[in-house]
Amino acid sequence: MKSGLFGFLFGMWILILVGGGIIVTILGPFSVSGFGELDWFIGSVIKAVIAISLVVLWIFILSKLKNWIFRKEIKS
Amino acid sequence: MIELILPAIVSCITAFFIVFLMTPPLIKFLKKRDLTVKDVNKKNNVMVVRPGGPSIIVGIIVSEIILYAFLQLNEILAIIITTSAAFVIGYIDDRKVMGGWFKPVALALAATPIIAFGAYNSDLAFPLFETVHIPILYLALIVFMIPITGNTINSIDVLNGVASGFMVIASFSLSICLFIVQNYEIAIVSLPLGFVSLAFYKYHKIPSKIFPGDSGALTLGAMYGAIAIVGGVEIIAAVALLPAVLNSFLFLSSIKRIVEHRQIKGKPVEHTENFLLKATDDKTAPVTLVRLILAGGPLSEKQVGFVIFKLAIFSGILAIITAFLMGVSF
Repeated sequence: MKSGLFGFLFGMWILILVGGGIIVTILGPFSVSGFGELDWFIGSVIKAVIAISLVVLWIFILSKLKNWIFRKEIKS
Repeated sequence: MIELILPAIVSCITAFFIVFLMTPPLIKFLKKRDLTVKDVNKKNNVMVVRPGGPSIIVGIIVSEIILYAFLQLNEILAIIITTSAAFVIGYIDDRKVMGGWFKPVALALAATPIIAFGAYNSDLAFPLFETVHIPILYLALIVFMIPITGNTINSIDVLNGVASGFMVIASFSLSICLFIVQNYEIAIVSLPLGFVSLAFYKYHKIPSKIFPGDSGALTLGAMYGAIAIVGGVEIIAAVALLPAVLNSFLFLSSIKRIVEHRQIKGKPVEHTENFLLKATDDKTAPVTLVRLILAGGPLSEKQVGFVIFKLAIFSGILAIITAFLMGVSF
């Protein structure tokens, strides 16, 4: 069980690194044009939606990882 | 760098000795007023005083004011005000049972001094991939960060010495990381948190003479979150805090709503005849870090605490690796 906990923490760490990479790659260069002064605001809103979606995806993957590592303990 | 050595030494000594010397009279005072709770993991009716938050906050405020006298940084003022607000929120919760939403909402408001003082950089730094500029999103991150770190430390305060011992490991790891990323001033500012936690651990370790209470746990957690923001090391701070984050994640994913621990009916852990801790089969009880640690069989309170400390050290090492990776980019 204890090794499972260390493994899960390691999995969380890897997901943070990968998630960070996706955020920088997608959100970093992202910009909106054609809305005048609203470019900055609309761009930020879209970035926020993408970031929240990535967090939801992160939680979903983490949840699957948790069920896979601790399936025996969670069932009992 | 050299000019930071004196403030660092003075503030760390002050932080440690204020808590070390102030906690025993606080214990006597709380005993006199009968502000005690039952230590549920002890055989006989052992009563322990709480909250220890007042000695923790005095140690933090005095040591940070000393640092402000030397460094004159707005970041220090933001940390002091946010941490003090978290203490007040925790103290209210210690004295009066508040609803499940009180702490998250109030702690979100406690984060506003960081925004008001402009003590942040809206570039979020990631290891290996450099930074991303998210001006509006970053404000939301600040507002969410303080409730998350505050409640995360509060939720791990379930066994003697665990919250303070965990904070010793996590905060010193964070300080090392701040030195690695060459943010020396905030690294110095972060050191009192570790020393305050270390001094409090002396009285909180098993068998506890005092519990930190919500005022103590929220103070430690909020200061940790504030340092992460003003130091620009949010991701590293999250990594050092992973075992506590895991605990909150397991709890929330099993209960599926934000509630106070005292509102949960099912018990995740029970005691064996010789008073070892044992995971229950209660399906209504939340899945917690302690419950998973005990899934392999019964352990003493001290043994469970040491497993949590080992997990904290492991996360601290991952945080330090992450700090080194901050300087590397594809």
